[in-house]
Amino acid sequence: MMNNCSDLTQKYYRDGKLPHIWCPGCGHGILLNALVRAIDNLGLDKDNVCVVSGIGCSSRATGYIDFNTLHTTHGRAIAYATGVKHANPDMTVIVVTGDGDCSAIGGNHLIHACRRNIDITTICFNNNIYGMTGGQFSPTTPTGDFATTAPHGNVDRTFDLCSLAQGAGATYVGRATAYHATQLTTLIENGIKNKGFSFIEGISVCPTNYGRKNKKGDSVKMLTYLKDNCIDKKIADKKPELVENKIIIGELYNNPSPEYTECYKTIIDKFQD
Amino acid sequence: MSNSKYKLAQGNEACIEGAIAAGMRFFAGYPITPSTELAELSAKNLPKVGGKFLQMEDELASMAAVIGGSCAGLKSMTATSGPGFSLMQENLGYACLAEIPCVIVNVQRGGPSTGLPTSPSQGDVMQAKWGTHGDHPAIALTPGSVQETYEFIGTAFNLAEKYRTPVVYLMDETIGHMREKLMVKDPSEIEQLHRVKPTCEPKEFVQYDDKFMDEKTMVHPLPAFGTGYRIHITGLTHDKTGFPTNDNEVSGKLVERLCDKVEKNIDDFSYYEEYKLEDAEEAVIAFGGVSRSAKQAVIELRNEGKKVGMFRPITIWPLLEKQIIDLAKKVKRIYVAEMNLGQYFYEVQRVASNYCEVVLISKVTGELITPNEIKQRVNGGK
Ligand code: SF4
Repeated sequence: MMNNCSDLTQKYYRDGKLPHIWCPGCGHGILLNALVRAIDNLGLDKDNVCVVSGIGCSSRATGYIDFNTLHTTHGRAIAYATGVKHANPDMTVIVVTGDGDCSAIGGNHLIHACRRNIDITTICFNNNIYGMTGGQFSPTTPTGDFATTAPHGNVDRTFDLCSLAQGAGATYVGRATAYHATQLTTLIENGIKNKGFSFIEGISVCPTNYGRKNKKGDSVKMLTYLKDNCIDKKIADKKPELVENKIIIGELYNNPSPEYTECYKTIIDKFQD
Repeated sequence: MSNSKYKLAQGNEACIEGAIAAGMRFFAGYPITPSTELAELSAKNLPKVGGKFLQMEDELASMAAVIGGSCAGLKSMTATSGPGFSLMQENLGYACLAEIPCVIVNVQRGGPSTGLPTSPSQGDVMQAKWGTHGDHPAIALTPGSVQETYEFIGTAFNLAEKYRTPVVYLMDETIGHMREKLMVKDPSEIEQLHRVKPTCEPKEFVQYDDKFMDEKTMVHPLPAFGTGYRIHITGLTHDKTGFPTNDNEVSGKLVERLCDKVEKNIDDFSYYEEYKLEDAEEAVIAFGGVSRSAKQAVIELRNEGKKVGMFRPITIWPLLEKQIIDLAKKVKRIYVAEMNLGQYFYEVQRVASNYCEVVLISKVTGELITPNEIKQRVNGGK
């Protein structure tokens, strides 16, 4: 286990691929670092880790980290990852995706991966906007907020991705933010350890395309907002009166159940003498 | 022929038997008529050989999972029909650009849209080449019998592996659902090609560096995930390291190489049948199910004293230009019989019309073109 950031960079980031393309103040770097720390804490063999991403700001993450990496088509990362995991169940398969990537165009793949309970850990970098295409509203843009395709205020209702994942059958669900990076690391570790489909929402900050349009201030101000407006599930459960208008973070659901590739293996085993 | 066995089989059944015999160990698909048996038989038979089946939520996911399975090192395939093939185009393009070996079987049905689900058609000839966006390579094979379906699905896998590219297996409902005698080969008689893997130390490996490229196939080695190479695979235009680039020259060269590796090696996989063409004055070009009618028409026309022969492409993409031009130089007239409004016909016309007349015999009613219909046209009817 290493805690020093530059040691982690040396060990897990690809030579010559930095600097990254993310804007100054973007929360994605913090979230990616939480993932790398989780992998390091678990002591996983780099050769045995496969990280799959879709399209969008978040999904550029796979280019920077030194694992088996697959940068796929928009929305389809989880479906590609399902193929990798089923073909080689010994691999640790992790998906890095965005809110638009996994819940709009890729919503169908997300819910069915949850339903199968295939052993993939999906980390959704939720910046509440389509960042890479310049700030159109996504399924997680709060109702009333502004985006280039919601110039009069967003009338769409907001998607709670963790509830969606839990409802669809994910067996481990957690949420943290770019401010709560240590907690996020722990959630990712637990998600990877869970033999089944784990969904971790990492709330990011996008000062460029979401923050500016909605007068949220700079990155520091946006992170401070996350600090002040989140409440841990354990506290929320005990003191429901504190929950109003707060984002609930922490381990939201943990209920192991039979895993897809293991169930499939029992079929293959029937034919071996 | 020691351990070969004979049985009565359907085209779709022969396709899966042939695929498994050729090493297919991963199938992801979504059921759609008339390709459904391919998913069903994969589900039934793959686990018996340690292979994996996945029923995905849709065709987009199926094609995505197939690419994932191939990246993990298994010979992978999906099967679909008309509308499903349309949905696969996005990720098929990814497989072209990222050079991921895989096989896509399309048992064609009548279209467009939901069209004629249970009727034969050959309406996806152009889609097999131009379905996905951008310039890209396309290899497509089209079998003409149950036995051939069994044989050439193995060829499809071998070409996919050798040229690191998706290969489309363009069947039609007639071939998929008809039953014929099938000779199931002894595994020792089946040639299996495998993608080239790097042999150097992982540190030394640069994915698309010219020094690792096979000069003939224009293909670089592809390591499977989990074997220590930790490569980055992307659908973005990439440089020799495999990472995204916007460099104009690099981008142009990449797309040109992808197309060249297929177009320039066409002699390696030009499969076709010539029937009674030696002294022919007229020729019928037909493929898949329609070639059965064409052959019968040729036999009957010969009995009437007409010098007619048949040319049947099995490699339908890239176009067998050389063979078609040779044929055009020999005969007075070429008839192209196909169950669409002239998709292959216009290609034949493009290369042959300088040398002979090219006539279309087409039908889009969801019925096979009959031998009589071909005969009538050759005899001057409309
Ligand atoms: S657009 Fe937003 S999410 Fe994308 S890199 Fe910039 S700050 Fe980050």
